Amino acid sequence: MEEQPSFFERLSDNFGDWFFLDGTIGTWIRKSANEFVRFLIINYGDQFEAFSDTLLKALIWLENILEGTPIVVLLALLGLLAYAASRRVTLAIGVMFALWFVGALGLWEQAMQTIAIMIVAVMISVLLGIPTGIVTARSDRARSLINPFLDLMQTIPSFVYLIPAVMLFGLGKIPAVLATVIYATPPLIRLTDLGIRHVDREVVEASRAFGATRWQMLTGVQIPLALPAIMQGINQTMMMALAMVVIASMIGARGVGETVLLGLQRNDAGQGLIGGIAIVILAIIFDRISQAAGARAQKHRTVAH
Amino acid sequence: MALIEVKNVTKIFGSNPKAALKRYREGLSKEELLAQTGHTLGLSDVSLSITRGEIFVVMGLSGSGKSTLIRHFNRLIDPTDGQILVDGTDVLKMSSRELGRFRRTTMSMVFQRFGLMPHRTVLQNVGYGLAVRGMKKSEREDRARHWVGVVGLSGYENQYPTQLSGGMQQRVGLARALATDAEILLMDEAFSALDPLIRSQMQDQLIELQAELGKTIVFITHDLDEALRIGDHIAILKDGKLSQVGTPPEILLTPADDYVAEFVRDVNRARVLTVDTVMKPPKARLTGENIERALEEMRRLGEQYGYVVDNDRYRGVTSQERLAELLTEKGATHNLYTVAEEGPTLLADAALEVALPTALDTAYPLPVLDESGKLMGVVSSREMSSVLTPPKAANEDATDEKSDPPESPKAAAQ
Repeated sequence: MEEQPSFFERLSDNFGDWFFLDGTIGTWIRKSANEFVRFLIINYGDQFEAFSDTLLKALIWLENILEGTPIVVLLALLGLLAYAASRRVTLAIGVMFALWFVGALGLWEQAMQTIAIMIVAVMISVLLGIPTGIVTARSDRARSLINPFLDLMQTIPSFVYLIPAVMLFGLGKIPAVLATVIYATPPLIRLTDLGIRHVDREVVEASRAFGATRWQMLTGVQIPLALPAIMQGINQTMMMALAMVVIASMIGARGVGETVLLGLQRNDAGQGLIGGIAIVILAIIFDRISQAAGARAQKHRTVAH
Repeated sequence: MALIEVKNVTKIFGSNPKAALKRYREGLSKEELLAQTGHTLGLSDVSLSITRGEIFVVMGLSGSGKSTLIRHFNRLIDPTDGQILVDGTDVLKMSSRELGRFRRTTMSMVFQRFGLMPHRTVLQNVGYGLAVRGMKKSEREDRARHWVGVVGLSGYENQYPTQLSGGMQQRVGLARALATDAEILLMDEAFSALDPLIRSQMQDQLIELQAELGKTIVFITHDLDEALRIGDHIAILKDGKLSQVGTPPEILLTPADDYVAEFVRDVNRARVLTVDTVMKPPKARLTGENIERALEEMRRLGEQYGYVVDNDRYRGVTSQERLAELLTEKGATHNLYTVAEEGPTLLADAALEVALPTALDTAYPLPVLDESGKLMGVVSSREMSSVLTPPKAANEDATDEKSDPPESPKAAAQ
């Protein structure tokens, strides 16, 4: 047995190791996190699988609808949606042409898969984000509690939570949806919160003075008047969801992201480019439609003095 | 009977108002309270009593606590200390459910910047209080349409507030407040955001509606002219404390302190004060037809002019000189009623502004009548002009300018 080096020897040899406690904190966190994930898989694996299955069913159902509908009908429906949102024929024709162009790139099927994932992710984000935004708007304490989590969700690299997500839900669409939701919900929460907080104080006071209950105030005044901000939040959520498609494809979600990924893997710059163009076009389509809806929501909603 | 009774209400804004209240009660000033505890004194021991059916104006500059005070009535703000009774019920003891019902039925409110819901049409805005109450849509719209008509906005039912001018928007605010049939109307600087012409139109409309509907109105303003114009009683608030409560003439003629005096200095008193605030009982009040008796009476009183009254009805004015002259006429029998000259008269509620020219043209104190022609009192131009001068300023200069009554007996009658 060798003699233990003296305190000073250790200090001079390996100051860094000693100073940083030999990295024990990191080791501890790593072990605990792994144990926790294992604990979840062993004890709640079935529940996660059930949740995953339900979500997957919804996703596949939506994908089937998108792929089962005749292309022309789908284009027409998109045009109608754009017209309903904007009341502008040019926009309707523009988005129809844009989506046709994606098909012309040879990426129709992939685009439908991407749209399905995006719609499901955005719907989950809306279901979670708007109520959370309302809660944070009503309580400063809730806001200060939730805000750090939103910061975390927006800054932490998605691969960090993709690893446990893949372990819990398996490869494929579900962890992709989950990652998208985590990444895309914070702006909706923040904008809902901001929108409700910025509703004219006197209008809210008037509603209170006329004896409105909290629920009547929320549904009759605060949400309608915060709607432009909420629509902006939904728009941001859509854009961020589309920004996630390439990362999502890395864990086995198919779609236009996969096209880009394949281009990367095969050193096929051209394929990467058409995948990229398709993503940008999809982003433009959804951005324009939701912006137009937001602008129409804005009408009559600002207080004039 | 007082409809709203405010008893010693104190409001302190801050994180621990109760502790700050204790310090304040121990004798800290408003400034010391802010410096030492970081708490702002909003209201300090305000007590008021508002009678059913009156327009009660709370007047003060910004920061005087007037908006804070009005928000205590329907508990948009809770007081730190004190009591508020509305129709005998302690508002502060209400549960949130009772408070909701109270706000829906008993009190409604009009806001400075209108507080209209921009995403609702005029009709929907006016019906808001009823919608909150759960009234059916058709009934609600009928009622709302009625009130939109009352404030003169028929035809604008389906417009949005942003499409209307400020004055029209505030009419919508007024209609919304009236539509709930609440007995009490709180108006927080309701006309302050409107331009002067529209403002005076709205004031007229409010006074009209008040006469018609008999609401109790608590009106907040920073404009003394407005307060004097519409208020039955005026409370003047300064730094959260009540300076004075009184009728408009009381405020004008006997300001309680320098602050109020300062305020009333620039008021057009001739427009605000009415004849009945300065009139005096007639010294020589003559009844009966007998001229001799009348002359005797006037001589005894040492009065140059006498006012002839028949069963409380004013018949005319006469002078010693004239009666003496008539008595010297031989053989003629005169009746005092026929001898009395009708002459100019004033209505009791006429503004001095209107009354003064007549008074200046007349040598004797003018008789003041009520609407039924009953003699209420007499008033001279000298008395009128003496109240036109703000109390603080010296009296002399004003008397020089305005009242120079030619007191020659010749000018009497006609």
